[in-house]
Amino acid sequence: MTENHAPVKGISKFESSAEKSGGGTGGNRPKRPNYISTTNACKLCKPMGAALVFRGIEGAMPFLHGSQGCATYMRRYIISHFNEPMDIASSSLGEKHAVFGGGPNLKLGLANIIKKFHPRFIGIASTCLTETIGDDVPMLINEFVRDNESASELPALVSVSTPSYSGTHMEGFHAAVKAVLKTLVEPGEGVDMINLLPGFLSPAEIRHLKEIVADFGLKGIVLPDISETLDGPALAEHELIPRGGTEIAAIRVMGRARASLEFGRTMADSDSGGSWLARHKGVENYRLGTPIGLRETDRFFAVLERLSGIVTPEKYLSERGRLLDSFTDGHKYVFGKRAVVYGEEDLVVGMTSFLSEIGVQPVLCASGGKSGKLQEAVTEVSRGLSLETPAVQEETDFYDIAEQVEALKPDFIIGHSKGYHLARKLDIPMIRVGFPIHDRIGGQRLMHIGYRGAQNLFDLIANTLLDKKQSSSDIGYSYM
Amino acid sequence: MSSAILKERQEQICRTEPGSKFSIVCDKESLAGAISQRACVFCGSRVVLYPIADALHLVHGPIGCAVYTWDIRGALSSGPELHRLSFSTDLQERDVIFGGEKKLYAALMELIDRHQPKAAFVYSTCIVGIIGDDLKAVCKKVALKKGIPVLPVQSEGFKGNKRDGYRAACEAMFNLVGTGDISDIPPKSINILGDFNLAGEIWMIRELYNRIGINVVANITGDGRVADICRAHGASLNVVQCSGATMHLAKMMKNEYGIPNLRVSYFGVDDMAESLYSVAEFFKDKEVMARARQVVKEELEKIFPQLMVYKKALNGKKAAIYVGGAFKAFSLVKAFRLLGMEVVMVGSQTGTEDEYKELQEITAPGTIIVDDSNPLELSAFLQEKEVDIFVGGVKERPIAYKLGVGFCDHNHERKEALAGFSGMLNFAKEVYSSVMSPVWKFMPRVEAQDD
Repeated sequence: MTENHAPVKGISKFESSAEKSGGGTGGNRPKRPNYISTTNACKLCKPMGAALVFRGIEGAMPFLHGSQGCATYMRRYIISHFNEPMDIASSSLGEKHAVFGGGPNLKLGLANIIKKFHPRFIGIASTCLTETIGDDVPMLINEFVRDNESASELPALVSVSTPSYSGTHMEGFHAAVKAVLKTLVEPGEGVDMINLLPGFLSPAEIRHLKEIVADFGLKGIVLPDISETLDGPALAEHELIPRGGTEIAAIRVMGRARASLEFGRTMADSDSGGSWLARHKGVENYRLGTPIGLRETDRFFAVLERLSGIVTPEKYLSERGRLLDSFTDGHKYVFGKRAVVYGEEDLVVGMTSFLSEIGVQPVLCASGGKSGKLQEAVTEVSRGLSLETPAVQEETDFYDIAEQVEALKPDFIIGHSKGYHLARKLDIPMIRVGFPIHDRIGGQRLMHIGYRGAQNLFDLIANTLLDKKQSSSDIGYSYM
Repeated sequence: MSSAILKERQEQICRTEPGSKFSIVCDKESLAGAISQRACVFCGSRVVLYPIADALHLVHGPIGCAVYTWDIRGALSSGPELHRLSFSTDLQERDVIFGGEKKLYAALMELIDRHQPKAAFVYSTCIVGIIGDDLKAVCKKVALKKGIPVLPVQSEGFKGNKRDGYRAACEAMFNLVGTGDISDIPPKSINILGDFNLAGEIWMIRELYNRIGINVVANITGDGRVADICRAHGASLNVVQCSGATMHLAKMMKNEYGIPNLRVSYFGVDDMAESLYSVAEFFKDKEVMARARQVVKEELEKIFPQLMVYKKALNGKKAAIYVGGAFKAFSLVKAFRLLGMEVVMVGSQTGTEDEYKELQEITAPGTIIVDDSNPLELSAFLQEKEVDIFVGGVKERPIAYKLGVGFCDHNHERKEALAGFSGMLNFAKEVYSSVMSPVWKFMPRVEAQDD
């Protein structure tokens, strides 16, 4: 089978005609000074993404091969978003290990984790320290396995190279997904399953994704699946490792699935798990944008229709219908409003797509990532809808954004908590999406995908703008 | 219960038993794979220097170290807020291969031009220690060009633990001390060391010192200013809080300038009052002592009625403590006692043997004392002791919450002032707001007990 990047037309009576109507050319990228230093980064480091992926695998313990600080900082950062326990083991390297190699500590750490936590999977991400001292992690793991042959049953051990000087947390995320697949998939009979490689979605979004796929009668395997591991219930007893996550047995058959569905318009082909499965295992890959907003969701549903052979269930047609109905109810309150969108590139693309659909003008689409694809993706999703082509900036930081933001005169900003200072400075509202959400509860339950997610977003944006208008009004009407 | 503890960790945990000999192992490197709550050398340095608000804090390394420490602490400034920005050289692969010195130099020049700081601190990270950038040389060059102190902080993450980071920070600061004019400093002057002005705490403490007639030269480092630190050697006394984060600086100042130091704590009314009294005693001034007594009396009168309301509700409830330094734990044990509560577990990331011994002396028999613990152990202790509230930092919070146990944030990220007299009231209110919440009644842990 071949890889299929193009969205499938399928049933696509919903496919927007706007796409064909041409539009902006994607020019007008504002010049920004070529600063050497980074101030207030709009990205995180590479091992962070790998740790998040590993947390989405059944019985897994994420493990950082490096100094103790990396694991602790990332745990703190993740905990503050998800409000959930987040263990990340560390090989806790000290000075002598940096000189003589971190191998012995890596093995000791693995042995201790196995003894205490009985994991079914350990995901080992390297750090800038261990990459630079030249530790060969795959070799060390092989040695560890060889030395433990008598041990009853070792957990699955997967390593990924994630030096933080090369790429953001999203490259780390995708690299970890690919490493898991490369290490665990096994040959055998074809299975009637669909691989879902959604990228970095929230637990609530993963739950919704699973619901949608199941409603199409498809058996989906989501990798990674953080729906329970990072949004679990209150417990009577402490769990060594949170329940949930992608089953390891299921990962093993992913090379034999009917197709892969992968979200992410900006992901590098070399980082893509879906591409790897297509190339090496012949699994047809559908690369789609993250299903945020109407059209990206339509494309997703069109693929599901094609794969399942059934039409979209009534439940979702109703959701879609209600969404359109709400667009008419609220269109005036959002039209022409100007938004700054920032964060991970694929999230920025999805949000820009949605904002363009409802008549909000994205005036700046910014990310600390540097896929080289953001401009093209933004142009693609906003074509024919936005009056102006949004300015796009890759590899930017919040200092750059802050320098331009006043001149852009946005009505609101949309992104994660670390942009709050922009909203405060301009006294404009902020719509919280993505990661991290450190200044509100419920980051793990943000739900912005599908028609239902678009509905959440639309109501939130319209009401936030109405609230702003109402609270800054001299009169204070209790009626729109 | 014992299954939660790795064999190698058993000596780092003990239970206070009447009459038995106390022994605990601490000051060890964290065990690989044990999920320590500790951070690294860089973290220790960053914590201590962070609140100096008119200095540039440039993290030389890949982006992670800077981004995870961006504006995460509640250290307030009454003026400039340069410390709330996160500066990084964001080293890329080519820098790692060819060296990061050029980029560091250019970044420093650019940032100093842009922000006009009074000094710059340049933090070394793991990778810089490996690729061997000569931080000192670059800093020296920039200092000459720009005419401000540019100070390397030797904080490579893997070269020890958080305490080594404190030390590196103190050594960087010590370069500033002694360079300012001290001719107008009155004799009854102190430096406040080891308070970081979380939620404005140092402002409250300074006000109390001022009310008893004591002048404060430098805040080290809460609401800190470079010029004040340069003049710190003009003070007659260093008043040092916290478990040694700034003790090394006090020791160096004692050796170099003969300035004595005094260890205090501002948490809880006993320790807060004791701080004022011991400073008054140091200056051997009856007037100051009389004022200290008056201030303590006034402040206690202000908070006591409400404190007693909280105490009535909280009496007999059980608390567990896990903090960065053991010194803070002493004050917390006393503060809980004032509220009529019982401390059943107490631990720290970096306590010393003497500190743990002292903790054992001030806690009830059966109390668990633990060094460099981890989530697995901590949750086992919470369950075993049926704790009502756990005091710790963000990393400890989900351990408590997942089991349906109350929590009070008492680390550097807190946004409530917990020091001083009014801080004690805030602390009581925080504990009260968590322990008395009706939500615990519905939690599986409680339902399981009721069955």
